[in-house]
Amino acid sequence: MIEPGKVVKKGSESQELGAPGGVKLLTAIVCGLAFGFLLQKGGVAKYNVLIGQLLLQDFTVVKIMVSAIVVGMVGIFTLNRFAKVNLHLQPTRLGAQTIGGLLFGIGFALFAYCPGTGAVALGQGSWDALFGMAGLVAGCWLYAELSGWLKKTVETWGECGRMVIPDLFKIPRLPFAYVTAILLVIGLFILQRAFPR
Amino acid sequence: MKVTFRISLVLMVLLRAPAGAADFGVNATNYDGGAWSPYVVGAGIGVLSWLTFYFADKMIGVSSFYATLAGFIGKLFARRHTESLPYFQNHQPTADWAFIFVTCTIIGGFIAAWTGGEFRNEWLHPMWRDRFGENSLALRMVVGFVGGVFMAFGARLAGGCTSGHGISGTLQLNAGSWLTVACMFLGGIGTAMLLYTVL
Repeated sequence: MIEPGKVVKKGSESQELGAPGGVKLLTAIVCGLAFGFLLQKGGVAKYNVLIGQLLLQDFTVVKIMVSAIVVGMVGIFTLNRFAKVNLHLQPTRLGAQTIGGLLFGIGFALFAYCPGTGAVALGQGSWDALFGMAGLVAGCWLYAELSGWLKKTVETWGECGRMVIPDLFKIPRLPFAYVTAILLVIGLFILQRAFPR
Repeated sequence: MKVTFRISLVLMVLLRAPAGAADFGVNATNYDGGAWSPYVVGAGIGVLSWLTFYFADKMIGVSSFYATLAGFIGKLFARRHTESLPYFQNHQPTADWAFIFVTCTIIGGFIAAWTGGEFRNEWLHPMWRDRFGENSLALRMVVGFVGGVFMAFGARLAGGCTSGHGISGTLQLNAGSWLTVACMFLGGIGTAMLLYTVL
């Protein structure tokens, strides 16, 4: 029995610096290419599709995200259960994530692309993505400038550490993931009926 | 989870009316959508997450790419100051896994657009032009840049973007990721509706 969430493969805990080599490099290249390819084919590098989601006229974004979550969740929890992959859990910080999420949302509505789809939009020749990408770099810099202060203030508010939803209810992770996946699929069926696009 | 599901059901019912009734001046579905089914694309991204976890011990995340870029530029102009910032001490700007991944994402987007006959080569999307006028490039520039700043700051504060939290974090049932995503859409929907009603 593997303790869920514990490191099951070596090398996860050590902070790697510098360029990756070998299999990791190949994975970055192949998966990066495929990720961009799929996002473009899904239409989520198009201004109207992204803004349409936020205006609740076009539900392509939610459909893609939820199906990625369903497929990803079933696979990752199964692989983790058999000690094939590590989970990579970001700590839960109620204050920083509420404020950060809201700020991100405001930016999302203004820029219309998110960091990933903005990169794809650039590849697709939607040059307006460049303005927002410049803003993203500037915003990262602004955060870095304030990072010392933010670490001591906002990022300590509601600090909960690593928190996995099934653990909160003391339910085993794998069955919880499967049931969640089924519920999300049902949700997608209802969504598709309500919003064909 | 059940709660989230129920809330989303209620939301869906509530939003059906305003989505049709609210007047934003344009309808997003009048412009072309995705070439492939969203379910095929989503499932494909799910499989990609298996591969990155298994072969590279990494999760898909994009926003740190821009932080690395900011670090590169910072080091070019003010090396010592950049190295003194706590964020860059913990995340040294190097061409790391995520940086290579996102660089390839741009190329992948280009390949898909080019082979699919969807390479756009345009500064303003038709929907933006229909809503804000033909000569609104300056407005788009300002709105896009300011949006980018908000977005990056929010992503760094929350610890990820629509990829890192929205897909990779949520699929691991990470509580903070579900919270972040809910707040992202809340802020986004509110701002977009305001923008398209007022501006």
